[in-house]
Amino acid sequence: MTTTIKAAAPPIEIGTRHPARRALRAIAKHRIAATFVVLAVFPWLMPYQSLAINILIYGLYAVGFNLLFGYTGLLSFGHAAFLGVGAYTAGILIAQHGTAWWLAIPLAIVAGCVVALAMGLLAIRTRGIYFAMVTLALSQCVYFLIYQLPASGGENGLRGVNVSEVSLLGLKLDLLNPMQKYYFVFAFVMVAMAVLSRILASPFGGAIEAVRENEARARACGFDVERTKLLSFVLSAGFCALAGALNAIHLSSVPIETLHYATSGMVVMLCLLGGMGTYFGPFVGAALLLLIQDTASAWTEHWQLYVGIVFIFFVLFFPKGVWGTLLERLNHDR
Amino acid sequence: MDGITPQLLALQVFTGLALGAIYVLLAVGLSLIFGMLTVVNFAHGAFFMLGAYVGVFAAEQTGSFWAALVLAPLAVAAVGMVCERWLIRPLYGRGIDYPLLLTFGLAYIMVEGVRIGFGKSGLPFDTPELLQGSVSLGFADFPTYRLFVIAVVAALLLGLWLLIERTSFGLIVRAGARDPVIVRVLGIDVSRVWLLVFGMGTGIAALAGVLSAPLQGVSPEMGTSVLTVAFVVTVVGGMGSLMGAVVAGLLVGVVESLAVLFFPEAAKVSMFVLMAGVLLVRPQGLFGRAGLMA
Repeated sequence: MTTTIKAAAPPIEIGTRHPARRALRAIAKHRIAATFVVLAVFPWLMPYQSLAINILIYGLYAVGFNLLFGYTGLLSFGHAAFLGVGAYTAGILIAQHGTAWWLAIPLAIVAGCVVALAMGLLAIRTRGIYFAMVTLALSQCVYFLIYQLPASGGENGLRGVNVSEVSLLGLKLDLLNPMQKYYFVFAFVMVAMAVLSRILASPFGGAIEAVRENEARARACGFDVERTKLLSFVLSAGFCALAGALNAIHLSSVPIETLHYATSGMVVMLCLLGGMGTYFGPFVGAALLLLIQDTASAWTEHWQLYVGIVFIFFVLFFPKGVWGTLLERLNHDR
Repeated sequence: MDGITPQLLALQVFTGLALGAIYVLLAVGLSLIFGMLTVVNFAHGAFFMLGAYVGVFAAEQTGSFWAALVLAPLAVAAVGMVCERWLIRPLYGRGIDYPLLLTFGLAYIMVEGVRIGFGKSGLPFDTPELLQGSVSLGFADFPTYRLFVIAVVAALLLGLWLLIERTSFGLIVRAGARDPVIVRVLGIDVSRVWLLVFGMGTGIAALAGVLSAPLQGVSPEMGTSVLTVAFVVTVVGGMGSLMGAVVAGLLVGVVESLAVLFFPEAAKVSMFVLMAGVLLVRPQGLFGRAGLMA
């Protein structure tokens, strides 16, 4: 499939001479390598490593959300449920059952996908604008269910998710050292980004974009739109559950706020600020929002006000987000 | 289950109806705005919260609950109209998600604004003296204030129904909901109608806020949970249907309140179970038209 596109590419050669455009094209072509390079040096660029880990985890959370919102065109306001289910599953397994981290993390992803399947089967029955409302309502339902679960610790959250040392194939990482913890999370994020890249390059990746661009036409072309949406929803939840599990290990605990409506809303903001439907956008958005939050909360406790204003400004004037706008400018200004 | 007498059951159903009446107001406003503007107002809970705070403020300043009941909806409607005119209007025609995202951001700002103005913790709000106590209806005593809430909501719904079904403004609203382009071709300034409808929707949400303030006090976060309920009611009743909003609002209120009695631990989840059931049987909602807003 890609080869035919390459064969047709030469006529638009005029634009490629621009150095920035050429660089972007190279980045797009080797996006996994580019992600690797940027994220590998990232902790050295941040004021402290804990912030870098947060950006990595929330970036991954936004990557999962972006698969659904940016690529499939479904706006969910319930993704906190998947982050939360991932975090609580990994957390409860590690803290209360002594499960090893390498088993707890995949199980957390499975749990997130199962919850997403149940939510998706209901939410996808509704169309268009209902989707945001139904996902929000169902995620509130998940919040109440987990809140009442005896193992979850209720209001106080889950504590004691301690993984202090991991060793795999002779490689030992001390997770009490923030830098080593960063690279532990980084390894998972890289695998996730490679999987995402593979999903997007597959025929399924084409199908979800077809659904986003024109649902009726995708249906007319013979795609099973409902199944495509459901699969995208479940995959998206898998990424978010991984982010949740990593966050549980990062924080050694799971605050109940993970499941709040605000956490669902936050990922919508991250994705829109960075650039929905772009490969790197979610990380750009996570870095931007968490840096704003980090700096603003140093001099005002009302940072939410500024985040809200920035968000509205982007919705009105830069709906493609920072990275999306940049791509658009470089690709269209001749 | 032994302590459940018919009186207790009646009282609980009645409490549910009063609760449901507030949900009805929220859902009606949401439905009205969606039916006309095709905007899902994610700031609806925030307008509800703002209404409650303006109500508290007005009651403090004037010393009268009745003044608050009138002033708060008007003030919030004005805020709503400013938001529609300057923030939401530029987004029409740019995809249905953008106005939704904008109102989501707006809610963020409103909640934080109220925190700055009134502090982070909640405020109490006293039931007006005239409405304290309870009224005996033969077999059980019902709190007066809840009866009052039901009466106000019934009166408002009647007025709204007359406005929409019996006036020329209502005719334009109904026509505009069906086909705004034709209405515009006929020489009617649809954007002005939309402005008014947004004002009405947010004003009604504010009224719901003032009415619920004596029941639960006010806090900056009160809008969030209420937004979820309003969505559940709208999904159950059917988007854009006023009849659906009324029936579903009362139903959700009664279900929630009966669940408190029978399955206290599942009370919070009961309305979601109801929603899931409706989605399985009738995805467009009890009174929704199939195919509306694909």
